Amino acid sequence: MSATYYFAIVGTNDSPLYEAEFGVQRDESKYLNQFVVHAALDLVDDAQFMSNACYLKTVDRYNDWNVSAYVAPSNTRLMLLHEAKADEAIRLFFTDCHELYLKTLLNPFYESNSPIQSQTFDAKVNTLAKKHLL
Amino acid sequence: MEKQYKTIGEDAWKNNVEKVNAELFIFTYGSLVVQLVKDYEDYAAVNKQLDKMGYNIGVRLVDDIMARTSLERCSGFTATAEVISKVGFKLFLNVAPSVASWSADGKEFSLIVDDNPLNDFCELPPKAVQDGLWYSNVLCGVIRGALEMMQMQTEVEFVRDVLRGDDTSEIRVRLLRMLDEEVPASDD
Repeated sequence: MSATYYFAIVGTNDSPLYEAEFGVQRDESKYLNQFVVHAALDLVDDAQFMSNACYLKTVDRYNDWNVSAYVAPSNTRLMLLHEAKADEAIRLFFTDCHELYLKTLLNPFYESNSPIQSQTFDAKVNTLAKKHLL
Repeated sequence: MEKQYKTIGEDAWKNNVEKVNAELFIFTYGSLVVQLVKDYEDYAAVNKQLDKMGYNIGVRLVDDIMARTSLERCSGFTATAEVISKVGFKLFLNVAPSVASWSADGKEFSLIVDDNPLNDFCELPPKAVQDGLWYSNVLCGVIRGALEMMQMQTEVEFVRDVLRGDDTSEIRVRLLRMLDEEVPASDD
C-alpha cells in the first residue's frame, strides 16, 4: 500500500513530544507535516468543546491530507496526518496509542511534557500502526 | 522443611498482614528513586543511599516477621535463604524468589526475583543503565539489615536486573561471618 501517515503527540504547551512516520516516506513533506499539524492545533482547540469524545475525527484538511486528532484528558493531543479516510481504524489506533502514552506517563523517570525518547515506545507505536493503519 | 516455610509465609500473608494499594506503593518508591537521582546526580551514590535506606528498613522489618510468624531458629544458612524468600519476600512483596546458585562452601546464594513488583511501570533511561543504577537496590539493604539483626554479617548486591535488559533479576547474598553475641559495654 502506498499510504503515508504522520503521527505526532503534542504536549500541553504545544510542544511536540513524539513524532513518527509510517508507510511510504516522502522527503519533501518532512517539515510540511509538522507545519500542517501545528496549524491544525487551533482547530483542535475549537473542536474539543463541541464533543464529549476524546476522538475528534478529522479536524482539518490540507490539500489531499486529512488531520485527525485525539485529545487526552490531560490535554495532550495525538495528531495523525493521513490521506485515506478510515475513522474506525484511526480511532482504534488512537485509543491504543493513548494507552501506550499513559504507560509512559506512569514511568517515574518520565517527566510529563518532555519528549518521549524510549525506544520501546517507538517500537510499540510502530507495531500499532502496522496493526491498525497499514 | 522447605514446604513448611512456604506455608508459614502464605498463612501470614493471608491472615496477618495489612495490605496497601500496589500502585500507591510502586509510585511512591518510583518517585523516591527519581528524587534521589535528581538530588545526588550520581547513580553510584543513589545505589548507596537506597542500600542505606533498605538497611534501616531491614533492621526493623525482621522483628515484624518474628512477631507475625512462628518461626524458629534456622538450622543453617540454607534454611535462612528459604526463609528470606518464602517468608520475607512473601510477606512484604507477595513474591517468592527462587534460591539458586549456591557456592561450594554454602556461604553464598542467589535470589532470582522473577516478578519484582517495584519494577512495574518503570523503564530506566539509557544513561541510568549505563552508569549502573540498580533500581531496586533498597531490597539489598533490607536483606542485609535483617540478617545483621539475626547475627549474620552479609554482603548483598544486585548482579542482574530485568530493567537493565537482563533476562531476570538476581540478588547475590554472601555470608561474611556470624556475629557473636556481645555484652553491652556499660553493663558491668
